[in-house]
Amino acid sequence: MKGITLVYFLRRFGIFLLTVWIAATLIYIIPRMAPGDPISAMVARMTQQAGYIENSDVIIAGWRKRFGLDDPWYLQYGRYLKNLVTFDFGYSLASFPTTVKEIVFRALPWTLGLLSVSTALFFFIGNFLGAMLAWNKTPRIIKGLIPVSMIFTSVPSLLAALMLLYFFAFQLGWFPSLSAYGRGIVPGWTWTFIGSVMWHAILPIMSIVVVTFGFWTLGMRGMMITVEGEDYVTLAKAKGLKPFYSLYRYTIRNAILPQITALALTLGTLVGGQVLVEYIFSYQGMGNAIFTAIRNQDYPVIQGTSYILILTTALAVFIMDMIYPLIDPRISHEGN
Amino acid sequence: MSEAQTSHSNTTAKAKNWADAKPVLKVDDLRIHYETPKGAVIAVAGISFTLYEGETLGLVGESGCGKSTTAYGILQLIQPPGHIVGGEIGLEGKNLIGLSERDFRRLRWTKLALIPQGAMNSLNPTMKVHEQIADVIVTHEGRQSKEKIKQRILDLFKTVGLPARIYDMFPHELSGGMKQRVCIAMGICLNPTVVIADESTSALDVVVQRVVAQTLLKVKELLGVSMIMIGHDMGLMAQMVDRIAVMYAGKIVEIASVHSLFKEPMHPYSQVLIDSIPSLKEKKPLKITEGITHDPRNPPPGCIFQLRCPHVMDVCRSKEPVMRELKPRQEVACHLYEVDAKGEVKNVAASA
Amino acid sequence: MATISANPKRKISRFNRFDNPWLNPFLITGVFLIVIILLGAFIGQFTWDSDLALVGNSPLKQPPVGVSHTTLRGTSVGTWEHPLGTDGDGRDMLAVMIVGAPRTLAIGFIAAAAGMGFGILLGFMAGFMGGRVDDVIRIASDTTITIPSILVLIVIQSVIPVNLVGMALLISAFAWPGPTRLIRGQVLSMKESGYVKMARISGASTFDIMFKEMMPNLIPYLAASFIGNMQGSILAAIGLEVLGLGPQRVPTLGKSIYWSVQLSGLSQGLWWWWGFPALILVVIFVGLLLINLGLDEISNPRLRQKVE
Repeated sequence: MKGITLVYFLRRFGIFLLTVWIAATLIYIIPRMAPGDPISAMVARMTQQAGYIENSDVIIAGWRKRFGLDDPWYLQYGRYLKNLVTFDFGYSLASFPTTVKEIVFRALPWTLGLLSVSTALFFFIGNFLGAMLAWNKTPRIIKGLIPVSMIFTSVPSLLAALMLLYFFAFQLGWFPSLSAYGRGIVPGWTWTFIGSVMWHAILPIMSIVVVTFGFWTLGMRGMMITVEGEDYVTLAKAKGLKPFYSLYRYTIRNAILPQITALALTLGTLVGGQVLVEYIFSYQGMGNAIFTAIRNQDYPVIQGTSYILILTTALAVFIMDMIYPLIDPRISHEGN
Repeated sequence: MSEAQTSHSNTTAKAKNWADAKPVLKVDDLRIHYETPKGAVIAVAGISFTLYEGETLGLVGESGCGKSTTAYGILQLIQPPGHIVGGEIGLEGKNLIGLSERDFRRLRWTKLALIPQGAMNSLNPTMKVHEQIADVIVTHEGRQSKEKIKQRILDLFKTVGLPARIYDMFPHELSGGMKQRVCIAMGICLNPTVVIADESTSALDVVVQRVVAQTLLKVKELLGVSMIMIGHDMGLMAQMVDRIAVMYAGKIVEIASVHSLFKEPMHPYSQVLIDSIPSLKEKKPLKITEGITHDPRNPPPGCIFQLRCPHVMDVCRSKEPVMRELKPRQEVACHLYEVDAKGEVKNVAASA
Repeated sequence: MATISANPKRKISRFNRFDNPWLNPFLITGVFLIVIILLGAFIGQFTWDSDLALVGNSPLKQPPVGVSHTTLRGTSVGTWEHPLGTDGDGRDMLAVMIVGAPRTLAIGFIAAAAGMGFGILLGFMAGFMGGRVDDVIRIASDTTITIPSILVLIVIQSVIPVNLVGMALLISAFAWPGPTRLIRGQVLSMKESGYVKMARISGASTFDIMFKEMMPNLIPYLAASFIGNMQGSILAAIGLEVLGLGPQRVPTLGKSIYWSVQLSGLSQGLWWWWGFPALILVVIFVGLLLINLGLDEISNPRLRQKVE
């Protein structure tokens, strides 16, 4: 009865597969519903940009053959799904001998690093401040200051990135303006490199944290107020428990549960914001890879990076689903 | 078992002979208001009563009459916009109102425990049952060995008739009756001086209600605690309590021993309450309309019950009746009775 | 919280005589901000030449009025001819704002409205029909909500060129799960509540129950969900534009930022190039957030009481 039941695991895993499949299929189908096919559309655009491309018919025909565009749709779709499972997205069009897989997996760790640090930060700060706002023993001054710190809430993170980049990197010169580590530093487990990476990560992380934590503060405040109205919190007070213990074990412990669920639901939006922030800072994560690919009309890279990010998000949600029953004892029962 | 037996007879003896029993809890002119945009709702309008050592006092009245508010006021658990406006609450001779939050916290549960209404929501869903009892023990008695606490909790379970297997369970794995018994076990775990049971049985179905009521009775007799029982089930009250205080619209209108109250209720509202207990033998028409008919923000001058009283007189509309001990151990607040020079009680309406 | 306060007045300071929940300060301020933007754009359409928003119709890199900007080639001073300055391609920034701001709001509005309509329909279907229909809709919304929509939109838009409405509709494909979940949850809980059951017993049709009995109670929730969707949709649209996708020829706020990033507007210190679009967007987002906070307090009165 306790922990994760097999049914619960299978159900959540099914949702995970379904999420990835739906997203992958959308990516596949919608571009093909447009007039023409991706290859001709791409060549048409290249023509638009470069003026004229020699032997464009031959190129189109060659690519059509190479991508198997003349096969029946189910073969194409099946091959597409098989390639997704094996992470085989073919070669980058812009930098030919490089595979999409290489580009993606070179960029992914940077994105994951930024994302996990910023998520941990805003989730902690947001919930902490939200709990402070709702707690009756918080000093008045702090209660007054918290809302002031939240003025940037709801501003898109890419705008925060622009402002931080402009003021702290270009105007004041306190922080670097591009890349994930200093030029000429050899990546490796050296203090210089790690320091440089942290130095370069501060602004991108800040641009996400500054605009995001306020949502969690507001959400936590609302949940705290709801939970404080519950009988078990009144009883905890009647029991004469120490205020801090009762706050933590009775109120926060229960108020945080919906926040964790909400985190899983907003992860997608978060990844989207992160991509844009990376692009603004020319940080060599997935965001920059995607932007470079868009500029180069490098369709396989666009598709590969997007797919891997979607997969990572779904995986993160799945992992959270697996952790959740350990935090909320009621949940695996509902799964039955 | 013999020990339980003796303590049983002791408490009963004490209750019977309570004229010289020691007062434990004295509530004096307690007033609680709820602030609303349209003015203060007077939830408790100056009530006074005394709880004696070892006795069980029932607090009855229709919903909204302020009986639960009184209990939460004693425990200082009133949530804003409600607040205590005035009065004194003396526990073993010490005034509780005005105590610092810190000092009052030390008294909670060691002296004043609560068995809450609707056990459904009174247990923390993310804590195991034993943790919720252990934390109150550790808070008030300090750290002690795990085995000792476990043994103590299992003993408590035995007292309230809970199986040992629920020790490690979460509240959602228990039935309603079990949860209520966990609450009882929790309420008595520190041997408090006063236990307040707030409608502890009303959310349960009839059979479970019975069992829980018996558990409460057994526990009470075993420990000899003083208890305030809040409820609206007059039948259940008759079996459980020594004295009953009848509340109406934030005031106590009559306090009497169970025996006197059921035999001869004096206040018209008490009479209605006793009358409304359904009987198999006869079908009685209900004598009163439902609901409070005056605005709780702005009570009329005079008697609080005047708008619904079948015997209302002119004096009721201008002069507020005070509590008088009309018979031994039976205090009533009503203009209907007069005490003549010889000390005999006369019903004004009957003689007129 | 149960301490006896010497001064009960302080705790109830939020109560006043005008206790109409819709007169919420957050809500009013938020609506005010959005109205200002719309009004400004509306007046601008008639008083300012919106053709100036096109490439090359103005001098390059002019600073806003009252600002001087020094480069290696000399110092330029802002004039009233281009009050908000011009960008690196010779667009007048004021004209870009006038053309771009309502477009941004329009994308948000169209996407949120389409997503909302679809979401309400699916939510009611799931809630009322139950069974298989409910399962399918619930799972579909649970999965769609976790997909990082902007990535799917990037892939699609990097292949298919779209116009404003097309972009809004594509975005709306990810705007339905929110309202669907909301409506479904509310329908399920309301189905069990007394008054809907009474309506059933008294023989009201399902349609009547849905629209006459349940809708009024859902309005604050729906409005909040709509505003949330608008935020999300504008965010997606801006994101796509900033990456250089979306409608190509029309100037938008996101496109303006894209060009300023691409043509080194930041490193050259041309803050008005990205700053004014960013400012307008910040006002829009703050406005929407305030509206949402207000609606939140309306539908959940407990939040209105200050916890002291």
